[in-house]
Amino acid sequence: MTISEKILAHAAGLDHVKPGDIVDAKVDMAMANDITGPLAIKMFKRIGLKKVWDNKRIVLVLDHQVPADSAKSAELHKIMREFAREQGIELLYDVGDGGVCHQVMIEGGHVKPGDLIIGADSHTCTYGALGAFATGVGSTDMAAVFATGKLWLRVPQTIKINVTGGFQELVGPKDLILHIIGKIGADGAIYKAIEFTGPTIRGMSISGRLTLCNMVVETGAKNGIIEPDEKAIEYVRNRADKPFKIFKSDEDADYERTINFNVDSLEPMVACPHSVDNVKPVKDVEGVEIDQAFLGSCTNGRLEDLEAAARILRGKRIKRGVRMIVTPASTQVYLEALKRGLIEIFIRAGACVSNPTCGACFGGHMGLLAPGEVCISSSNRNFVGRMGSPEAMIYLASPATVAASAVEGKITDPRRFLEGSA
Amino acid sequence: MRVSGKAVKYGDNINTDVIIPSKYLTSLDPSDWAMHAMEGIDPDFPRKAKEGVIIAAGRNFGCGSSREQAPQALKHAGVKCILAESFARIFYRNAINIGLPVLESPGITARINEGDMLSINLDDGKIVNESSGEVIFASRLPEFILEIIKNGGLIEHLIKIMGERRE
Repeated sequence: MTISEKILAHAAGLDHVKPGDIVDAKVDMAMANDITGPLAIKMFKRIGLKKVWDNKRIVLVLDHQVPADSAKSAELHKIMREFAREQGIELLYDVGDGGVCHQVMIEGGHVKPGDLIIGADSHTCTYGALGAFATGVGSTDMAAVFATGKLWLRVPQTIKINVTGGFQELVGPKDLILHIIGKIGADGAIYKAIEFTGPTIRGMSISGRLTLCNMVVETGAKNGIIEPDEKAIEYVRNRADKPFKIFKSDEDADYERTINFNVDSLEPMVACPHSVDNVKPVKDVEGVEIDQAFLGSCTNGRLEDLEAAARILRGKRIKRGVRMIVTPASTQVYLEALKRGLIEIFIRAGACVSNPTCGACFGGHMGLLAPGEVCISSSNRNFVGRMGSPEAMIYLASPATVAASAVEGKITDPRRFLEGSA
Repeated sequence: MRVSGKAVKYGDNINTDVIIPSKYLTSLDPSDWAMHAMEGIDPDFPRKAKEGVIIAAGRNFGCGSSREQAPQALKHAGVKCILAESFARIFYRNAINIGLPVLESPGITARINEGDMLSINLDDGKIVNESSGEVIFASRLPEFILEIIKNGGLIEHLIKIMGERRE
C-alpha cells in the first residue's frame, strides 16, 4: 500500500484498502474557518445534536475576513465564537491569535504524521507535507464530522511525483509546483493522491514542502503527501505534545503512474490569467506592467517566503505607481519577521504590511483589484474575479518574482537581482 | 427519481469563484447566493435558471474552493441536476450533501446543445435528450449516494438514519 492508503486503512480500522474502496474513516482533527464554519454550524444545529463528537479535536479559525471587514462578517465571527463557547472548543483562533488557518494548524501542532485531517477549506491538503492524510470538504460534510467524528472517503489512486536535481538560485518550490501544474493540468490529478518523493524533496525545507502540497488541489488532487523524514518529525515534535504513528509507502506499492521532474534547469515560472495551469517561464511574460504585487497566503506567506522577498527588496523602493501588499501568514510569522527586520525592509521599500489574513488572496478585503488592473501574486488562484474585479488579471509566481516585479513595476525574472544583491 | 429541464451549457474548469464570487459569502441566506449564481461568467444565469434547468458542462466542474455556497447558489437558482464530463471532488461531495444531483457523463458536451430539453432518471443514469431523441448514459451513482440525494441531502439523511436507529 501507499502511505495514503495506509493512513486511510488505519483511520477506517482495516488491515488493507485499495483504490476505489469507500471507507468510513475516523477523523483525528477537524478544522473550519469563518467562511465555511458558520454554515457548518448551521447544518450541525439542524441535525439536532446538543454536543459535538469531540471538542478537543475541532479547530476553529477566523482568518478570511479578519478583523471583520463588514457587519455581516462580524456576524459570522460571532456565530463561531458562540459555538466555541457553548461546545467548550478551546482551539478557537480569534482575531489576533492565529492567522491563516493552514499555517495555524501546522504551527499549533494540530497536524501530526499519520493523522487523518479534514478541513472545511480546499487548501487543507497542505498538511500532507508533514505526512498526514489531509483533504478539504464543504460545510455539510464538516457538520457531519462535528456530529460523528467520521467521514466516508473513497480511497484515491496515487500519482508519484519524483523530483531530482538542485534549484538554481532564486528558483524554488513555488516555481516547481507551478511547473508541475502546468504539465499535468488543472484536472490532471482529479480525485487522486499525489505523493512527492526524491532527493530534491528530501533536501527541501518544511516551508517549501508545504508550498508543494498546498497547491496539489489546483490539479484536482484529493491530497498531497510526503513521507515524514527526520526533518518533518522534528518539526512536529517541537510543536505537538501527542504521540504519532509514521506510515511509509511499501516498496511494491501500486501507483497510477510515476512522473519524473528534474529541477536543475527549472526557471522562475508564472501562472498566467485566468487559470492555474496556464504556466509559462517568467521570461516569456517579462515586461507585463503591474498595478499590484501581493506577498502572502497559505501558499507563500511563511517566514522563508518573506525572507526571499526581503532579500530583493532590501534597500530598494518599489516602483512608483505600483502598490505592494505583504500579509504574513500568521502572528508567529509576523513576530519573527519583525525580529529579523524584514517588516522594516518591506515598509521602507514602500510596501503595505497587513495583519495575517486570507484577505487579498481570497478576494475578501485588504487589497482588491479594479477593472483592468494587473496583479502579480504569491497566492494560489488566478481565476476570473478571484481578487476583486472580474476584469482584473492575476499572475501567480514565487515570492522572489513578486518582489522583483514590484521593484521594476513589471513582471521580472528575480535572477536579474542576483548581481550585487549579496 | 427523475428530473427534467432545459440544458444550459458551459465549458471546462468552471470554478467556484465564478459560480459564486467571494464577496457574497458573508450572507447565510441561499436566496442571496442564488441571485448571483454564475455571475463571474454568465450574469444572465439566474434569469435563465428560474424555470428549472440542467447544466451540461465539460471537465473539472466546480474546481477551486470548498465553498458549499457554490452548489447551493445553483440549486436555489433553479438547477435540477448537473451533468459534466468530470467534477472537482469537493464540489461533487458538496452537491450531493445538499441534495443537488450530479452525474459524471463522459461525452456529454458533444451530444447536447444549449436549450435541449433533457429528462434524466437518476436511478440508472439514463439521459433522454428529448430535443434530439438521443439517449445517453451517465455513470450510475453508488447506492448510498443516491440514498442521500433522495433524502434531500446529508443532513436530512443523517436525521432520518438517527431516527430509525432510535426506533
